[in-house]
Amino acid sequence: MSSKNLVVRFAGEGGQGVVGGADLMASAAATGGYHILTFSTFPSQIKGGPAWGQARVSSEPILTPGDWLDVLVAQNQYAYDTNLPDLREGGIVVYNSEEFEVTVNSRAYGIAADKMAREAGNPLASTIILIGAVAQMASIDIAAIEAFIVKRWTRGRASDKQIIDGNIAALRMGAEEGKKSGLSVTPLDPPPTHSEPRVMIRGFEAACLGAMAAGLDTFIGYPISPATTMLTFMEQNLVGMDKFVGQSSSEIESIGALVGSGFAGRKVMTSTAGPGLSLMGEGLGLAWMAEIPLVVVNVQRGGPATGLPTKTEQSDLYAAINPSHGDMSVPVIAPGNPEEAFWAAGHAVNWAERYQGPVILLSEASIAERAQDIVIPDASKVKQEYRTVSDGKAGNRRYAGDGVTPFPVPGGPGAYVANGSEHDEEGDTTHLPNIHVQMTDRRFAKLKVLEDGTFEAERTSAPVALLPWGGSKGSALAAWRELTVEGADLGWYYTMFLNPMPPALLDALRAKRLVLVPELNYLGQFASRLRSMGVNAQAITQYTGLPFKEADLKSAIRERMGALAK
Amino acid sequence: MSKRNPLYDFKWCPGCGDFGVKVAIEQALAKRAVEKQESIEKTVIIAGIGCSGNLVHLQEGPQPFALHGIHGRALPIAYGVKGPRPDLNVLTVGGDGDMLSIGAEHIGPQARRNMNITTIVMDNGIYGLTKGQASPTTNVDVVTSTTRYGKLDDKLNPLMAYLGLGVGYVVSELSSRVKPLGEAIKDAMDYPGFSVVHVQSPCTTYNDTYALLKGDEKKGIEPLAFPIPDTHDVTSVHAAMDLVKGPRIPIGLVYRREGESVPADARLRDAKVRTKVEQKSVDALLREMVI
Repeated sequence: MSSKNLVVRFAGEGGQGVVGGADLMASAAATGGYHILTFSTFPSQIKGGPAWGQARVSSEPILTPGDWLDVLVAQNQYAYDTNLPDLREGGIVVYNSEEFEVTVNSRAYGIAADKMAREAGNPLASTIILIGAVAQMASIDIAAIEAFIVKRWTRGRASDKQIIDGNIAALRMGAEEGKKSGLSVTPLDPPPTHSEPRVMIRGFEAACLGAMAAGLDTFIGYPISPATTMLTFMEQNLVGMDKFVGQSSSEIESIGALVGSGFAGRKVMTSTAGPGLSLMGEGLGLAWMAEIPLVVVNVQRGGPATGLPTKTEQSDLYAAINPSHGDMSVPVIAPGNPEEAFWAAGHAVNWAERYQGPVILLSEASIAERAQDIVIPDASKVKQEYRTVSDGKAGNRRYAGDGVTPFPVPGGPGAYVANGSEHDEEGDTTHLPNIHVQMTDRRFAKLKVLEDGTFEAERTSAPVALLPWGGSKGSALAAWRELTVEGADLGWYYTMFLNPMPPALLDALRAKRLVLVPELNYLGQFASRLRSMGVNAQAITQYTGLPFKEADLKSAIRERMGALAK
Repeated sequence: MSKRNPLYDFKWCPGCGDFGVKVAIEQALAKRAVEKQESIEKTVIIAGIGCSGNLVHLQEGPQPFALHGIHGRALPIAYGVKGPRPDLNVLTVGGDGDMLSIGAEHIGPQARRNMNITTIVMDNGIYGLTKGQASPTTNVDVVTSTTRYGKLDDKLNPLMAYLGLGVGYVVSELSSRVKPLGEAIKDAMDYPGFSVVHVQSPCTTYNDTYALLKGDEKKGIEPLAFPIPDTHDVTSVHAAMDLVKGPRIPIGLVYRREGESVPADARLRDAKVRTKVEQKSVDALLREMVI
């Protein structure tokens, strides 16, 4: 008997390398040819506090981090106690025997990994000892992990050989411990073969690269969890002579600067999270009003206020569509995984250029941080749209006409006043009722050019449909697949394009008896929005700071379908 | 109403100091156009919200680009314009409420970046557009609609604040001195770094300080404003702080940081050249991630 999946969780305190442990495990498995997906959760502090990192390794493509653990690596008593309920029947525990003892569990084995690493003269290798033990217990080929170690630490430095040898020795020590334990989980299937090159990529990296592929040339941001990674990635990688990356002094300065850059003809982006998005509200209103292209990436975390800075949530949808006072409707694209983040970011840049206004890329902590193996995206397939530039024939009448009109770029012809006050065709302030009507209609009419979003639709004849958004896609898809195998008549719909939604999708949803919307928030924000658009939508909510478990979602969907049948 | 757009219905009150500033900016831009052979479309004026911000709609003659944004945020917008587009000539205009109250937090970061931006502050010591509330530069004891007992808070010394925040080029002027003001704005634009031109620009409706600033012999009022003496060492921050410590207001070039000013764009360009930073294509970056 063999298994398609192995789910390993490293649990302990922040600073103990539990997140790094899961990442290393995933990298090693990916190098060996497996599919991988990681998830981590930790408190908002540099060191300490309960943290864990999880790696799911599979012979098949992966949708979720996995509901149940095959192996729990527990660094302390608290980690053992709190994570044990997630261990599947037949799962095993590897614990840090220097820290605590487990006496009542025959499926637990203690390893003093830190001590062994110190005694071997390689104190940094304790995580590798643990990986060796886990690999042995799951019958993963140790030679493949050795090959990974050689690849990972061959960096062209004099110390390479010493580090590689030390780590391989540590791996073997760990494997020896694994053998000694006499414990094992169902062996993992051999890795699949791949016909195309794959990359191991995190959501934030994919979003940055997708935006760069669409021609992004300017990025300005302010550090905030869990969005800082995009700012630092851009500082490192958006580096040409004509590129500009800046660290602002606040999110208020960021959004002001974005308006300035967009006005000056640049393709500009920032990354932020809840509190930063709140501060950007007024500036986003200015971009909408003055018709300035820009992209804000909002990596959702638990809110409101400081909320849960490092946890995942989908509670900013209202704030993304209406971040400002007044009549506006900001276009929103929400990717469901790292691969989609690449394409979504490209779309976001292009949408901003096409309709000449602000666009929000709505990401989530769990997507931004997640590492996943995907087929290498073809960057040449990302379009590079640029706003239609004014040739000066309209003079300074920049806002003349309905819908999208040519954009005068400073330095070129068509000097005008870009204005956040209501304005006439030249951008001069006005309070006339008829002009406010005309300009409001103009701004909303521009959204028409963004109705090109695509969507997924399966089992479209079913009267009840499942419609997840963003990072809940994976768990929802896994649940939907199982439910349909079990005979449920349930339709599947999904889109990244939340505003404006593809019109054909909206039509299909309006025809349903019931649309179930799993989302990680209290209010049921997307479901509520859909109801306002004539869809009979019901939310399935969760607000724990963690993603949906596939099993929880499955039973919630069954319950709702059962209630409808009565 | 502007000559360019008869439908535009905003008016400054008769005698408003901002008229003088508007003309001075027009003169400075005209002179710069001749000297640098630069098209007017290379200039961007960014305005905040307040009476002063309406200047961009009233500008006569050849039209620069302008952005009339939101209250207090002219400098953040200027950062985004100038950062990636150092080829543009960037000015901001705003009042004391705009620049010294809601937007004061943005002066420090701009001073440190030293982008080649000129900020013109029209100080009338009052919130005019909202009809007469106290501002950071309203004089102590003045009764306004928000200071029924007379202003109890201390008055901000804006020139001292600029010097303290590290602004490398600080000018103090009067709106009624149109020609010298135009020259001062032109010189500030020529300074390769962040410059502030602080203009006493009285509000004839809510806080008419003309007599206080210029004096009134008949009423026996000594002028608050005084010309900066030739002996002042403009490159000494200590001398500048001594000069601006008050209560009298010096008029002229207060401070120009000693040595060569290296603006932000030159710093970035030099750093990129020095570190031989290599730009990789998206495809190349993806290839590095191949498993």
